[in-house]
Amino acid sequence: MTTDLRFRGASAGRKAAIVLIEILLASYALLIFYPLANMLLSSFKTTREILRFPFALPTKIDFANYVTVWVGKGFGRYFLNSLWMTGVSMAFVLLFGSMAAYGVSRYRYRLSTLVYMLFLSGIMLPLKAAIIPLFILMKNAGLVGKPLSVILIFIAMGLPSTVFILSGFMKAVPIDLEYAARIDGCSDWAIYRRIVMPVVAPAISLVTIYNAVPIWNDFFFPLVFLQNDRWKTLPVGLTSFFGQYSTDWSLLFTGLSIAVLPVILLYLFMAKYFIRGMTAGAVK
Amino acid sequence: MSGKDARKGLWIALFVLPGLAIVFAVILLPLFMSLFNSLFEWKQLLRGDFVGIDNFRRVFGTEPYRTRFFNALGNNLTWFVATMLVQNSLGLLFGYLLSRRMAGHEFSKRVIFIPVLFSIVAVGFLWGLYLRPNGLLNGFLKLLGRPDLTRAWLGDENLATFAIILVNIWRWVGFPSLVFLAAIDNVPTDCLEAAYLDGARETTVFGKIILPLIVPSITVITVLTIIGSLNVFEQIYTMSGLDGSPNFSTDTIGTLFYRTAFGSVDSGNPEIGIGSAIGVIIYVLTFGASIFSIASLGRREVEL
Repeated sequence: MTTDLRFRGASAGRKAAIVLIEILLASYALLIFYPLANMLLSSFKTTREILRFPFALPTKIDFANYVTVWVGKGFGRYFLNSLWMTGVSMAFVLLFGSMAAYGVSRYRYRLSTLVYMLFLSGIMLPLKAAIIPLFILMKNAGLVGKPLSVILIFIAMGLPSTVFILSGFMKAVPIDLEYAARIDGCSDWAIYRRIVMPVVAPAISLVTIYNAVPIWNDFFFPLVFLQNDRWKTLPVGLTSFFGQYSTDWSLLFTGLSIAVLPVILLYLFMAKYFIRGMTAGAVK
Repeated sequence: MSGKDARKGLWIALFVLPGLAIVFAVILLPLFMSLFNSLFEWKQLLRGDFVGIDNFRRVFGTEPYRTRFFNALGNNLTWFVATMLVQNSLGLLFGYLLSRRMAGHEFSKRVIFIPVLFSIVAVGFLWGLYLRPNGLLNGFLKLLGRPDLTRAWLGDENLATFAIILVNIWRWVGFPSLVFLAAIDNVPTDCLEAAYLDGARETTVFGKIILPLIVPSITVITVLTIIGSLNVFEQIYTMSGLDGSPNFSTDTIGTLFYRTAFGSVDSGNPEIGIGSAIGVIIYVLTFGASIFSIASLGRREVEL
């Protein structure tokens, strides 16, 4: 395309500009990679080595730190807690969200706009600002300290964007498909389950990433509701770990590596999905 | 109502109600409870007398709340302005450069998005270590032979907020970059080709064609920046602590709100009345500023 900047055949001034831009982008890539590489390398060094020779390579690769943090300091448990709480929350976000999207996009009735707006109101309301009444409600329901409190909040966090994105896709599913299924004797549930859901499957993968990443990373609500070490999620566990071992740099870098590496590994294989999913709400 | 209509109504209820119940209980009900609670006096978790807008008056006019509140609000404003100026301009630049598909653009695109996936907590702690007086950044400056430039980045009242904002930009700049990239990729190629054939300069093409056509994505990024700037919390919590050290210089509405809601530094007790009032103020600011920017930027949108 003519809008592409190609080095070959360009004028001298343009070549210089291209080189400059490439240097800029490469420097930025370095600004992202180096702090991560240093974190990883530091996890194999002793605190003394980190402080005296911050740029040196580790003298030996020893996973003892990782065993200590994962087993001894409870990161394995934090990791599993994050995993299952995110999983359960996402299952219900997708189930209730797709059902609601179906209910507002595939039927004509007077209240459909109102129902849609009620769901959407959650997109612009900062849920953190409601922490006092949420805390009172959860306390009265006896849920403070129980994972269900955080799971309910995560589901509510995910529903507005899920309804917003999925109902857009569901509106585009041809009504003829539905008529054909109805003639074959399908119930409304079967149409939702067997006709509409398979058609919008690509959108399901989008909303999954769009919501799972913020839920996995959420700190505020687990901080308020899950103070018991047994149910701490990874971000909250990391926080108490930093409070406890604030001068043991070697362990701190190991904990950070454990928190960050799985995300990078997953991203290596699914970069395209992550980019499309995370920007799904902001890109048409 | 015929039997068919009743059946349809039942199906709709079945599909919509589970989700609606959760959204109502967790989002809408607490919103109204915040409004309601902010109008009462509170003794710990017990609601006292109706006091009207007294809590709001105390936030805006009574010490220590007034100083704390306006200090925090000022920092949120700094967050918004700095993020718009640095992060979103840089994002627009990256998005534009990546849209020109030079060698390695796919790689750059993937790389700048990596930190977007990290939790604020992990990024905050990582850079918190690097920015300590004996951390990596000062080590790097010494390596360059400029020990005079080393600072206590998070310990200096004049630097701490900006240091934390820069860390947040490091984490998040990939997001606006790729949103702008997607918007620029959507500009019809024949428009751009025609302009180039007419001999238009790069700056003209960018200013007169690309920029007007990507206003919708600028609106989205602006609204998200408003919401993000008013909700800053984890960044402060992990890098300078709940009190917004040093000397409240990094305090934000989010951390102030948390302290008032769950036992404040100033009194040691949770203050539900004042806390609810601050919560309502956060709602109003977020909602108002978002609506305002949607309305004012919406008028600048161009259709082809």
